[in-house]
Amino acid sequence: MTNTAVCMEQRETTLRFSRIKNYVRQPHIVISLVLLVILLIIVILPFARMIEDSFVWQFADTRLSRNAEPGGLTLFHWKRVFASALTQNILYRPLINSVSTSLSVSLVAMFIGSFLAWLVSRTDLPFKKIIATMAVLPYVIPSYIHALAWLNLFKNSRIGGAAGVFQYLTGITPPDWLSYGYFPIVVTLSIHYFPFTFLLVSAALTSIDSRLEESGEILGATRFHILRRITFPLVLPALLSSFILTFSRVLGTFGTPYFLGTPVRYYTLSTQIYSNIINRIPSVGYILAFVLIIISSAVIYINQRMIGRSKSFVTIAGKGFRVTETPLEKLRYPLLCLIGLLFVASVILPLVLLVWQTLTLYPNDYSIKHLTLLFWIGKANTAFAEGEAGILRNPAIIGAAWNSIKLALVSSVIAGFIGIFIGYAVVKGRNTKLASAVEQMSFLPYLVPGIAFGALYLALFSHRFGPLPALYGTFTLVALVCIAKNLPFTGRAGITSMLQIGSELEEASETLGARWVTRFRRIILPLSIQGAISGFILVFITVMRELSLIILLVTPETRTLTTMTFRYQEQGYTQFSSAISVLIIIIVIFGESLSRRFGKKNGI
Amino acid sequence: MHEKRKEFMERPIIEVENLTKVFGSVVAVDNVTFSINEKEFLILLGPSGCGKTTILRMIAGLEIPTEGEIRLNGRVVFSSEKGVFIPARERDVGLVFQSYALWPHMTVFQNIAFGLKVKRETAPQIEKKVSDIISYMQLEGLKDRYPQEMSGGQQQRVALARMLVSQPDILLMDEPLSNLDAKLRLDMRAEIKNIHAQTGATTVYVTHDQVEAQTMASNIAVINKGIIEQIAPPKTIYNRPANLFVADFIGSPSINLIEGTTEAGEDDGKMSVRNELFSLKTSCSGVPAGRSVVAAIRPENISIVPSEGVNTLEGEVRTILPSGPETILRVRCERYVFSLLLMQQVTLSPGQKVHLSLPPEKILVFDKETENLLPLD
Repeated sequence: MTNTAVCMEQRETTLRFSRIKNYVRQPHIVISLVLLVILLIIVILPFARMIEDSFVWQFADTRLSRNAEPGGLTLFHWKRVFASALTQNILYRPLINSVSTSLSVSLVAMFIGSFLAWLVSRTDLPFKKIIATMAVLPYVIPSYIHALAWLNLFKNSRIGGAAGVFQYLTGITPPDWLSYGYFPIVVTLSIHYFPFTFLLVSAALTSIDSRLEESGEILGATRFHILRRITFPLVLPALLSSFILTFSRVLGTFGTPYFLGTPVRYYTLSTQIYSNIINRIPSVGYILAFVLIIISSAVIYINQRMIGRSKSFVTIAGKGFRVTETPLEKLRYPLLCLIGLLFVASVILPLVLLVWQTLTLYPNDYSIKHLTLLFWIGKANTAFAEGEAGILRNPAIIGAAWNSIKLALVSSVIAGFIGIFIGYAVVKGRNTKLASAVEQMSFLPYLVPGIAFGALYLALFSHRFGPLPALYGTFTLVALVCIAKNLPFTGRAGITSMLQIGSELEEASETLGARWVTRFRRIILPLSIQGAISGFILVFITVMRELSLIILLVTPETRTLTTMTFRYQEQGYTQFSSAISVLIIIIVIFGESLSRRFGKKNGI
Repeated sequence: MHEKRKEFMERPIIEVENLTKVFGSVVAVDNVTFSINEKEFLILLGPSGCGKTTILRMIAGLEIPTEGEIRLNGRVVFSSEKGVFIPARERDVGLVFQSYALWPHMTVFQNIAFGLKVKRETAPQIEKKVSDIISYMQLEGLKDRYPQEMSGGQQQRVALARMLVSQPDILLMDEPLSNLDAKLRLDMRAEIKNIHAQTGATTVYVTHDQVEAQTMASNIAVINKGIIEQIAPPKTIYNRPANLFVADFIGSPSINLIEGTTEAGEDDGKMSVRNELFSLKTSCSGVPAGRSVVAAIRPENISIVPSEGVNTLEGEVRTILPSGPETILRVRCERYVFSLLLMQQVTLSPGQKVHLSLPPEKILVFDKETENLLPLD
């Protein structure tokens, strides 16, 4: 009796064992498992490490507390942030500043963006196509460049350093509120982010059949009534999500609040994280990063929930619907002028100011007779800028440019490839727990604001951790963080293209005797690469203009164009920082037009 | 009977034993056992979601069964007991997908040549085999086209050519004709039947189209909710369905069902089915009286007769649906509505009273509880 029981048990065990063996032998399972390990290291581990570090005394803490025993456990940092005399300055004020600037920017950007979207897609405004193309430009330019342009214009001499064009031309010293802090931050970031709302709302508006509006008209409703009762509710989901996504992006922005806020001690959470880490109180920075992640995740979660519920009527796109244009009548040209002004303020003026700045010999002298190409092509001359050569012949800057390009190339190619693998694993393993674990983990970096993600990596890689080497100061680390941060985008793209390909194309080659490597090389890769190329370029551009993410991780050897801009601006060499900014803009716009061409070709 | 079958039987090529597939908590295929002989054409027929495609995919090696054993050509390709799983690429079976699954980035030639290249055949060999199959499938002049530049019918031919060029012993087809229009489907049915006759490859073909199944199969397996309800030649499936599900699923319009209890026959020992409305003589015998049963008769087996006689019912014509040579008639008898399929054009009008004749030898009787067909004797 017991014998048969033992036999049964053995049989059960061998059955289970062979089942596991067969399961694991499937290529997509192997890929999922490998991805899971990678994601665990580059996404989950930094997070765990950051939390851990916030509970441990650091070496530098001996300056702050007599009780500090490096390596020992403590609640010191948490207390310092949440319950100490410093809480007001470390947490509350930056939090309030972060939230108030983010809210204001989201509101202003939403207003401008949606109004412009309506004008372009629903009225008889002239030059609509050109306006639609140009409206995206402010978003293509890195956000902190608007801040630099603002400083070139409105900087006052009170803080020290050279004053801006405004003071030079009028002789009036701009007041602090105009030069620094809340107001300029909101203006420059609104200018940067309105295209985001514009894109989302235009997409929603063009997908609404205007017969819905016409039927309102037939029933005798006024234009305004139709706008309010029919059009507005239909685009509401797009408006909401553009509001929330703008909010969470502004929350994690570092460059602009740093350039425009820090000089007058106007801190936001992101600049507070930076200064705590720079001032060697990383644990406090980590806790603030944690706070930022929580807020950002909550906001994005709310957005997903709301979109999930109301998506049904955003996507009523049907073929063959008509769009009736609302005549603007007398307002046609005044509105066109207004848009022209917006474009000048958001694209032309910043560029002109930047270029002008690069041509000034002395930072506060904007007169024509003193214009020079010294900062572009000048040889090293001890009379200016402490003997630094113009950027086009400055080895440090050329080195940084190569670093930037190398970083952008390496990260976009690797992130793109991992994205394809994520797509393959997720689509092949549809509805399994393993696949959804891979999908969700690859999405996590999206929840973490750039500066906080940099902080996570600093926490994990600043010293050896188990088998992981101390990567701080290496190119690998900077590339790693850029790859991880962009995985949500490439992963999404990979999933979409893999869904389009479908699994049967691969299975067909499998039944014909092809091994997995052949299947991947001959079938999956050629089919998914087309969709992936525009994704590659997108990541390339993102990394090219990345500042918040890498500012904490870059050392002199690994510096990029963006961090060079940052350093020069910090040291007051505005000609250099402006010149490098112009360089970045040129590269980014070139990349953008490239991606548009690829996008068109692939019908994306 | 058993002896006769054994003599008939040749070598089994595909053997499936106790095959089970569970997706999460859903049992898609439930302990299925069958075997297919050499050169046989088996059709897996069933409603959508019944597990027929899953069975096919498990034979192909694209899905790992949860339990059971599969042998192809005598070789064990899957066995949960022995811990064997041979992946699809080592099974040497040809598979045609419902979507054709042609590679959009390859030309017709490249699509067809792929399997040969993978098997490392020489270039001249590949060239010859591909051109042969291209002319066999009448695809001349299309070899440099891309799949998306061709019609559905041509794509279907390429998919078949791609499968046939490797000359597999076993052909698997997953609803290959469901994306074609009605006329093309008829042509392709003939074509596939022709291919089967010429290659002699053992074929398993999945469809939910019963006409397709009736016209092409040497055997049909009717599948429902993951189990095989009946596996038999088309005629048997149609004339002697094993249970109520098969009876109801096969045939259009659906078979007519009449519930009742059995009653012993008067003189010839043949029993009758009786309910509160009518009593029908059947050709069954040897069933105890008083059993709850369901009598069934195919629409084309009912005829209209001028006067009352054996097994006639009086009814009233409800609807007339003429379609070319045949006419579908719905006739109401009390609470039953009978479907009739008449191979002629009729001159009846709705509301007219008619007499229906239900010949006893055409009446099938199923046990109401087990839903199984009761034997004739």
